[in-house]
Amino acid sequence: MFDIFYNKKFRSIASQFTLILFLVVVFYYFINNAIINLDRLGITSGFDFLFSRAGYDAYSPFFKFTSDSLHIDAYFVGLLNTLSVSILGIFIATILGFIMGVLRLSNNWLVSKLVYLVVEFKRNVPVLIWIIIWYFGVFLQLPSAKKAININDSIFISNRGLYFPSPVFSEGAIAILIAFIGAIIINFFYVKRAKKIHIKTGKQSPIFLVSLLLIIGLPVVTYFVTNQPIEWVIPELKGFNFKGGMALKPEFVALLMGLAVYTSAHIAEIVRAGILSVPKGQIEAGMSFNITRNQMMKMVVIPQALRLIIPPLTSQYLNLMKNSSLAVAVGYMDLTATTGGITLNQTGQAIECILMIMGTYLLLSLLISAIMNYVNKKVQLVER
Amino acid sequence: MNKLQYKIGEHPNLPAPKTQGGIFKAIRNNLFSTWYDSIITIILIYLLLSYLPMALDWLFFSADFFVDKRSQCTSGGACWGVITARFPQYLYGFYPPELYWRPNLASLLLLVALAPILYSKISYRKYFLMFSITYPLIAFWLLWGGFGLVPVESEKMGGLLLTLTLGVMGIALSLPIGILLALGRRSKMPAIRLFSTIFIELIRGVPMITLLFMATVLLPLFLPSDVIIDQLIRVIFIIVIFASAYMAEVIRGGLQSIRKGQYEASDVMGLSYWQSMSLIILPQALKISIPGIVNSFISLFKDTTLVIIVGMFDLLGVGRAALSNREWIGLANEVYMFIAIVFFVFCYLMSRYSLHLERRLSRSYK
Repeated sequence: MFDIFYNKKFRSIASQFTLILFLVVVFYYFINNAIINLDRLGITSGFDFLFSRAGYDAYSPFFKFTSDSLHIDAYFVGLLNTLSVSILGIFIATILGFIMGVLRLSNNWLVSKLVYLVVEFKRNVPVLIWIIIWYFGVFLQLPSAKKAININDSIFISNRGLYFPSPVFSEGAIAILIAFIGAIIINFFYVKRAKKIHIKTGKQSPIFLVSLLLIIGLPVVTYFVTNQPIEWVIPELKGFNFKGGMALKPEFVALLMGLAVYTSAHIAEIVRAGILSVPKGQIEAGMSFNITRNQMMKMVVIPQALRLIIPPLTSQYLNLMKNSSLAVAVGYMDLTATTGGITLNQTGQAIECILMIMGTYLLLSLLISAIMNYVNKKVQLVER
Repeated sequence: MNKLQYKIGEHPNLPAPKTQGGIFKAIRNNLFSTWYDSIITIILIYLLLSYLPMALDWLFFSADFFVDKRSQCTSGGACWGVITARFPQYLYGFYPPELYWRPNLASLLLLVALAPILYSKISYRKYFLMFSITYPLIAFWLLWGGFGLVPVESEKMGGLLLTLTLGVMGIALSLPIGILLALGRRSKMPAIRLFSTIFIELIRGVPMITLLFMATVLLPLFLPSDVIIDQLIRVIFIIVIFASAYMAEVIRGGLQSIRKGQYEASDVMGLSYWQSMSLIILPQALKISIPGIVNSFISLFKDTTLVIIVGMFDLLGVGRAALSNREWIGLANEVYMFIAIVFFVFCYLMSRYSLHLERRLSRSYK
């Protein structure tokens, strides 16, 4: 009679059925309560609120957002702000992280110990504290706009942010863009040919130098040939703040620096572990081929280290993107601060708002994972 | 010439020239091996010599340690009064001062509970471990009260006490849930596998703040209006859920590295699923994933700072409250430096311990 309880198949089905039943009951309970509560609070569910007037200010360098804009505009402002701080943060963190990871392995005792101290201190203090330190401890303590730090009469640093000259493009500016794209295309074919020659004859061409000259040189030459079609608008002090030029708000820079600095310490550790994981025999084999130190790094160490570096690097990038939601702590208008913060509080549409931001973060996570998986496939060992 | 003083093969071992050995050689190899190394070293030493005394002077020598107001800080260095004047608040938040013995006892017992986990060579380890497992309940009783103790509202808890409560509760509860999720993700039952996978990936794909918002804004909507769950409990729940998803992935890595033969052998022995997991597979898998587990503990501990965003006063929250006080305004450097150092000490010790374990484990596998 009780034999059925010892039947493997029956137990499997029974336990799965219990789980599903449990989930259904919990969801039913939650949704039922939500319907009652929403009814009591007088909130109609649905996404219609997105097209009502937002009535708050959110700064965006990309498009004009006034207090008359809609909640859906606020969502896109938040999304763009999240994206911009994440992409820039990933860029800076990667560069800083690689530099520190390599310096950590320096032969110079003093350099490696100092970098060790810096990395450990950055890594072991929560990222939220770093963001707050950058904002309240660094940027808000800078001099006021009137006493701004003046670099060459064009860059101004004050507690209102960083102000740069901004370019104004006139007629001929398109030629520079064409030159830039042309340089990239020419460079692509040059690199392809240089690789072919390298494989055929073993002769190496100065790829890096030529690429640099092409991609930077050609647009610069065009700039002067076409009679300097770009003008620079220099920020000017008017009243209590600067007008004109490009501005980076202190909230943005503080968040960016906090995220980049914290993540770069983690990346430094990953890079160090990756480089150390290259077997000694590989380096000795390289030495016996009598190649230079730079060639060794480029052709032996880094390609093998990258295989170990890329997967944990991906999760650091994901962490940085997710940590960018800490923007609320310094009042930077990212996704969590607009849709998940002010819009939610104003409209009371908590379920919709939280679903929207969670869905967006999930999509961004998937996007970063997809890109990094593609990169990972490129660097992995190709076996026959 | 004394070249011929010794016969072949009888030359005594002479000490190396002074510049070729000992401290001189170490300095030259490590600091001045090439010309650019020398330049970097000299610049760094110059920078250290010029800035380190300044920093030390600001931190200690010309700092004011015990003052009641910012205006009393006159020596020009750091004004540590912002920390010392309300030090109990940094430790306990607004916990009633006459009941300080309870968190004190709880932290003392924490050390007792940690001892058998950190040191495997302790005697009567079995009984100590039993205590460690029941510790969260004891700590909960001591801190919240009830059952004969004066109850304390959770809003009164703050400072380091709150940070540690969140951290320890999160760590103690996320490990078992993480193990269950990891086993679920590798289960042969499709419904359980699907549920675990979706749960883990959903949690790992979103920032913790959105989950905290969920706990503070959404959860009251999903419960009947007369059911009110204490905010601290809700936040601990979210921290546990968040950490257990990451924990599950670490443990899954450990489970995957166990060779198939181990699973098959335990099947041959006629062990049931739970027997084979608890006696054969998990002891090995957990041992392999210990460094990863400790690393997720560290990130959990750092993530507890996020609770200030939902209005709780952990160490960082107390610091910010002190800064908004008119008597202490403008002392951001001191307060944040102090908090950063406290977190650094805890996390650095944990990461050192993880490194130590990693070395010990790698030795035992060789």
